[in-house]
Amino acid sequence: MLSLGQVSKAFGGVRAVDGASFEVEKGEVHGLIGPNGAGKTTLLNLISGLSQPTGGAISLDGARIDGLPAHRIAAKGIARTYQNIRLFAGLSAADNVVVGQYLQRRAPLWRRLLLLPSARREEREALRAAEETLARVGLRGRAHERAVNLSYGEQRRVEIARALAAQPRVLLLDEPTAGMSAPEADAVARLVREVAREGCAVLLIEHNVKLVMALCDRITVLNFGQVIARGSPSEVAKEPVVIEAYLGGA
Amino acid sequence: MRDLFLAYQSLVAFVGINGLLALSVYATLCCGQLSLANAGFMAIGAYTGALITLHSNAPFIAVLAAAALAPALVAVPLGLPVLRLRGVFLAIATIGFGEMVRLFFVNWDYTNGAMGLVAIPQRAGLWTIWLSLAVALYLLARVRGSRFGTALEAIREDETAARTMGIDTTAHKLAMLVLGAGLAGLAGGLEAHYTFMVAPGGYGFARVVEMLVQAVVGGTAAFFGPVAGAAFLTVLPEVLREAGSRLGFAPGPFRLLLNGLILLAVILYLPNGLVSLKRRKA
Repeated sequence: MLSLGQVSKAFGGVRAVDGASFEVEKGEVHGLIGPNGAGKTTLLNLISGLSQPTGGAISLDGARIDGLPAHRIAAKGIARTYQNIRLFAGLSAADNVVVGQYLQRRAPLWRRLLLLPSARREEREALRAAEETLARVGLRGRAHERAVNLSYGEQRRVEIARALAAQPRVLLLDEPTAGMSAPEADAVARLVREVAREGCAVLLIEHNVKLVMALCDRITVLNFGQVIARGSPSEVAKEPVVIEAYLGGA
Repeated sequence: MRDLFLAYQSLVAFVGINGLLALSVYATLCCGQLSLANAGFMAIGAYTGALITLHSNAPFIAVLAAAALAPALVAVPLGLPVLRLRGVFLAIATIGFGEMVRLFFVNWDYTNGAMGLVAIPQRAGLWTIWLSLAVALYLLARVRGSRFGTALEAIREDETAARTMGIDTTAHKLAMLVLGAGLAGLAGGLEAHYTFMVAPGGYGFARVVEMLVQAVVGGTAAFFGPVAGAAFLTVLPEVLREAGSRLGFAPGPFRLLLNGLILLAVILYLPNGLVSLKRRKA
């Protein structure tokens, strides 16, 4: 579904991503792991259009998406979360999720300007849908709390809910369980599994190795911007290059 | 009561005009953009309206429409490049635009340069001004909560996240810049036809700061805040003048000092508007 071919990103002389190629299939949870500074987040930024690759091609269902502005890429069905949470801090959790529905909502402004009841209905419906999405991440009771007042783990879950509200075909998660307690992380892992089963392609950056091994169908390992290994969790875990990259060679 | 109303008629009119101007600043402020081009937009609207009235017999509604439309059209080619700038850089670029417009009118002989246009028939009355304000308020009230309105809030809170939610941030910011330009132009057209004259001196940097202060003092968390701020800061000097003469001390410098102190107190103790400014910087 999502395919990267020889994708590169150079910042001056630094090749943050260097010829990375891999595919994420529909219904798959694909792990992207690697040491700090390996280029994982940079790669996510390239896919979501926040920065442009300096080489290679990114395509969704065979159509090139690299070079498109971020909002057009989102419109093609790619949603994401952020490593350093980027919620709309001043808005309530529910309103954050309502923004996530932006691409799904059909509510022309003129209807609202004419005070048509259909506009009011549509807004109530949006809010109700947002509350339901929040319930999915276990935050039904916190829907009307301002995002800044939520705990770190809760904020991460609101971000996931906001991304899910866009009903994406590809979901990019940047360390979704960072800073979460073990039960909280397990709940997120179950949710990610469920989302994939519904037909979404999930690309997941995660540092929690146990969780990655249990959750992912396939894993791509990045080091210094290059793909050094790929395969099923058990295959990747056996790769000497991976062990060396993580534990440091002599 | 009737005498009081007649005595303060122009004050009521200026509350309406300043309310429109504060709303024009709020239009861009509510999606996190500090654009200070509005005195320039106002000048374009005022001159457009005045020239049409002086050289044709177009109905006043058409004159006002042109006064709003002309700066709105100018806002498009201005906005496309400058809205890429953020924060203080956008402010500086738009101040530059405002000065450019002012200097253009200072040097344009056709409109008598710095002298400006005089003897413009008074065609704007209280009800035209307040009806315009009501329409503007209604427009902004309905935007809030709509899909478009939530997109604006998202842009104010975090532009990058908004983009990856599928929001075309440039188009939204441009739309609000154009709306703000239209409101400022409308206010300029109304003022020109209320005070009989337009001159470039009235559309300098000080004017846009005045609009901004009114919007911020009123509070930008709610769409009616800027109008409340405009009303407060327009009426306050008059109240102080009246109070001064009743209490028997000469107005003049003390009045301005007191005006400044009250302004400072409002900003310090009612920081509602400033809160949203701080949030934008974060």
